[in-house]
Amino acid sequence: MGYVAIKGGGQAIQGAEEVLEALRTAEGEHGTPLTMQAIENQLRLLTSRIVSEGGLYHPQLAALAIKQSQGDTLEAAFALRAYRSTKPRLLETSAQDTGSMRLIRRISSAFKDIPGGQMLGPTYDYALRLMRLDLANESAETFRAVAREFLAETPEPNLPDTFPKVVEALRAEGLLPPVENHTETPFDITREPLIFPVPRSAALATMARAETGSILALAYSNMRGYGDVHPTVAELRVGYLPVMLPHPITGEPVEVGEVLMTECEVVAMYEDDDSKGAPTFTLGYGACFGHNEVKAIAMAILDRALQKGMRDGPSNPSEDPEFVLLHIDGVDSMGFASHYKMPHYVTFQSDMDRLRTTQKKHESVKQQDVNEGVQ
Amino acid sequence: MSAGYNFGFLDEHAKKEVRRAILKAISIPGYQVPYSSREMPMGRGFGTGGLQLTLSLIGANDTLKVIDQGSDDSVNAVNLRQFIEMTCPGIDTTTHLSEATLIQSRHRIPETPLKPEQVLVLQVPYPDPLVVVEPSEDKRKIMHGEADYARLLVKLYEDIVKFDEITISHRYPTRINDHYVIDPSPIPRWDVPKLDNSPALVLFGAGREKKIYAVPPHTKGEPLAFEDVPFRVESFNDAQGKRRACARCGATDSFLDEFMNEDGSKRYQCSDSDYCDETLQASKMTEAATYA
Amino acid sequence: MRKILEVSNLSKIYGKGCPRCIESTGPEADTNMCPHCGSVVAIHDVSFDLHEGEILGLMGESGSGKSTVVKNLYFDQTPTSGEARFFEEDTTHEMFNLNAAQQRRLRNQRFGMVYQNPHLGLNFGISSGGNIAERLLMNDVSHYGEIRERAKELLSRTEVLLSRMDESPAAFSGGMQQRVQIAKALATNPPLLYLDEVTTGLDLSVQARILDLILEIQQERNTAMIVVTHDLGVIRLLTGRALVMKYGRVIESGLTDQILEDPQHAYTQRLVASAL
Repeated sequence: MGYVAIKGGGQAIQGAEEVLEALRTAEGEHGTPLTMQAIENQLRLLTSRIVSEGGLYHPQLAALAIKQSQGDTLEAAFALRAYRSTKPRLLETSAQDTGSMRLIRRISSAFKDIPGGQMLGPTYDYALRLMRLDLANESAETFRAVAREFLAETPEPNLPDTFPKVVEALRAEGLLPPVENHTETPFDITREPLIFPVPRSAALATMARAETGSILALAYSNMRGYGDVHPTVAELRVGYLPVMLPHPITGEPVEVGEVLMTECEVVAMYEDDDSKGAPTFTLGYGACFGHNEVKAIAMAILDRALQKGMRDGPSNPSEDPEFVLLHIDGVDSMGFASHYKMPHYVTFQSDMDRLRTTQKKHESVKQQDVNEGVQ
Repeated sequence: MSAGYNFGFLDEHAKKEVRRAILKAISIPGYQVPYSSREMPMGRGFGTGGLQLTLSLIGANDTLKVIDQGSDDSVNAVNLRQFIEMTCPGIDTTTHLSEATLIQSRHRIPETPLKPEQVLVLQVPYPDPLVVVEPSEDKRKIMHGEADYARLLVKLYEDIVKFDEITISHRYPTRINDHYVIDPSPIPRWDVPKLDNSPALVLFGAGREKKIYAVPPHTKGEPLAFEDVPFRVESFNDAQGKRRACARCGATDSFLDEFMNEDGSKRYQCSDSDYCDETLQASKMTEAATYA
Repeated sequence: MRKILEVSNLSKIYGKGCPRCIESTGPEADTNMCPHCGSVVAIHDVSFDLHEGEILGLMGESGSGKSTVVKNLYFDQTPTSGEARFFEEDTTHEMFNLNAAQQRRLRNQRFGMVYQNPHLGLNFGISSGGNIAERLLMNDVSHYGEIRERAKELLSRTEVLLSRMDESPAAFSGGMQQRVQIAKALATNPPLLYLDEVTTGLDLSVQARILDLILEIQQERNTAMIVVTHDLGVIRLLTGRALVMKYGRVIESGLTDQILEDPQHAYTQRLVASAL
C-alpha cells in the first residue's frame, strides 16, 4: 500500500458507522441477534422482496442484507445487487418452462374452476386484518407447536407434481394467439444499457427486478384510468421452479436446484388487428423471484400496457417504455434521492451568485422607476 | 460467504466495456456513449459513474486524487478514496494536484491548470443538457445528432427577457468541438472555461443514467451564449466592486466558498483546498525570503 | 414566374394496404377506407406545380385529404409514394430523398407552417417572442439584440401588440395566436408558406383581418402559399388556382374563378351551390 491521504472527513464516516452499529445492538445486555434463518423464514415475504429487487436468488444473502441494513428494503436490495455485480457469470440456463413449477398456490379469476383446480395456498387475501395480540408474547413452545400440529393434522396430499397452465387452455381454444417462436437472445440488462426503443425482453427483465412500490404505483395509475388494460388474471401461480442447466459432459439438461417464484398472466381485451387473422385476447406477463404477488400482477399489467405503447406510441405514462422502465428501479431512485444529502455548496454558491445579480438588476430598475416618478 | 474482490472491484469484462466506451467518447467529443453501468456498493448519485471510470483506468502505478466540492477531505471524497484504496491495493493517493495522475472530482475542476499526462474524471448526475426542454431520450438523441439546440437557446433567450440575465448557475451547457452540447456536470460557471482547449483529457461518468462522455485534450469547449450577451463566470467582488480574497491564503483568483460567521458577517475561502494550501505555502516562502 | 414546387403522384395510405386499395376507394367508391383491408387511402396520385408568389388553394370537406397533402410537404408525415421537388435559385431538392437533417433545414428555413390548432405551431410554455426567437435560433442567428429586433418587427407586422410579446401565447385570443403563428412562420422570410385552415373557428371580423394580412404579406414578400380550407370564401379571396379534393383524389383543378363560376364536377357544383 502506498502513501494514503486521509484527514478529518474519514473520522466522521467512521463515527457514523459505529453509531449505526450501536443502534442495531441497542437492546444491550439482554439482546439476541437476529439469525439468518429467522429472517429468511419468519420474514419470508421480506426476503422475497429482496431477492427479486436485488436481482439475485440467494435467500441467505438476502437475509444477511436485511439484517445489516436494519430492515431497509431499498438498502438491502442494493447490497445484494452490488454483491452480484462483482460476480462472474459462469453459465446461462436456457428458457425455463414455468409449467414445470412445483406449486404452493395457484388461482385463476377468469374461470370458476380450472384444469387441476384452484389452490388458494398461503395468502393474506382473505385474512382479517386484525391485530393478532396473541403473537405479541408468543413463546418458543407455542411457536414450535404450530408447525408440528399443522403437519400432524394435514393428510398427505394427493397432488400432482405439476399443473397445466390456464393460458394453454385459452390458446388451445384460439382465444389467445399461439406462442411465437422467438430465437433471438433475450436482452441482458446487466450487460447492456437500455437504449430506446428497447425490445420487450428488456422491459420484462427491468420490471422483474423493479422496486415493488414503484412498479405498483405505475401499474395502479393504469388500473385507475390513466390507461385501459382492464386485466383479468388468467392465472397467478407461486411455487418452486426447477432450474435446468446442460450437463457438462452429456449436454442433457439436469436439475441443479429450484427457485421460489411468482408468475402472473393477465388477459386483456382484444384489439383492432392490423396484421393478420381473427382477433384474440392479448396477454400481459409478470414474473419475479420470491413470493410477491402484487409485483407480479403490476408487472403483467405494465407489460400489456407497454406492448401497446411500443406499437402505437404511448397515450399515458404507463404505456411509455422510457417513463416506466427508467423510474421503477429502487437502486437508481433511492440513490438519487439520497445524493441530495451530499454537500452541494459549490453549486449553491453559484445559484446565489445568479440570484444576487438578478436581484441587484431588479433593484436598480425599481430605483429608476422611483426616480422617474419623482421628476 | 467470503468477499474476494478483483483489483478495481469490477470484473475485467466490465472494465473492458467501460474502456471501450471511453475510447468511443474520445473519438466523438461530447457524445454521450451509453454503457451498462454496474451497481457499485455506494448510492447511485454518489459518484458511481465517475468511480467506474476511475476503477477501469487505474493501475498499480497511478497516483489518485479524489475531491468533492474542491476538497479532498469532504466525506464523500474520503468515502470514495477509501473504497478505491481498499479495492486497488498498491496505488498511491495524494491531495497534491501536481502529484496526481488521475483525479476524480465532483462539482469542481482544480484551479491549477492540468497537465497533459493527467486525466480528470468528473461525476455526473444529469448527462443530458437537453433534458430541460425534451423529456424523451429517444427524441433527444435525434436532436443531438442533428446538433439541434435551438430550444435550449430559447431558454437562454427567455431568461434574458425575464431576468435580464442568463440564470443558469452551474451545469452550464457547453458546446464541444462545434457540435455536441454537453452538461459539463454541476461545476460552477467559473470552471467551464477550463474545459476549452484543456491539455488534459476530461472524462464524464453518469452511473445512474449509464452514460460516458469526454472532452479530449485540446478540444474546443464553448459555453452557449449570445454574441451580445456573453457567458459570465461567478463574480466575487464586494459591494465596492473589489475582488474578494481568500481569508486563509489571500488568493484573489480562485472560486470562493462563502461562510457565515457567528456574528452574521461573512468569510470567504478557497473552494479548492489544495490550491489554498499551495498559495499559503508560497506566500510563506516569499515572506521568509523577504525577511532573510 | 419561377416554379418553386413540383408535386407528382403523391400518395399516403394509413394501414398495411392491399392490391385492391386504390380501385376500392375514391369519389366513385364513396369512401377512402378500403373494404378489403381496412386501410385508409388518405391521398392518392396528387400532382401540381406551384410558382413564386402564387397562392394555391386545396379545398374539400374533412376527410378529403387536403391537410394530408400539406403535412407530407412539411415533413410532418412521410408519404407512401410520390415525389416532390423544391426549387431554390441554384439547387433542386428531391424532398423525400433528403435525410432528416436536410429535411429539417428546409422545414426550419425555407418553409413556414400555420396550423389551425395554434398548439401545433406554437410552444405555449414560452413567450410569443421566444417562439419567434426559436425559429431564428434554428437558423444560427446568435445575437440577442438582433433576435429581439426581428421578433418585434415581425410581431408588429402581424399586428400583435408589442407590449405583450413577452407573454405566453396561451394568454392570447384565437386571432392573436394565429398572428403569432404567422409571425413565427415568416421569421426566416421563407419563399413557401403552408396555411392549414388558419381562419377556421375564428369570428368573421377576425377572419377578414387575418385574410387581409395574408394577402398583404404575399404582395410584400412574393411568398408562395398553399392554402388548405373547406371555406369557399377563403378560396375565392386568397387563391388564384385551386384543387378540389374528395376521398383522397383531386377531382377538379384550374383557375379559382373558373372553378367557382363554372364547376365541372358534380361534387364541385354542389359545393359551390351550397355556398351561395
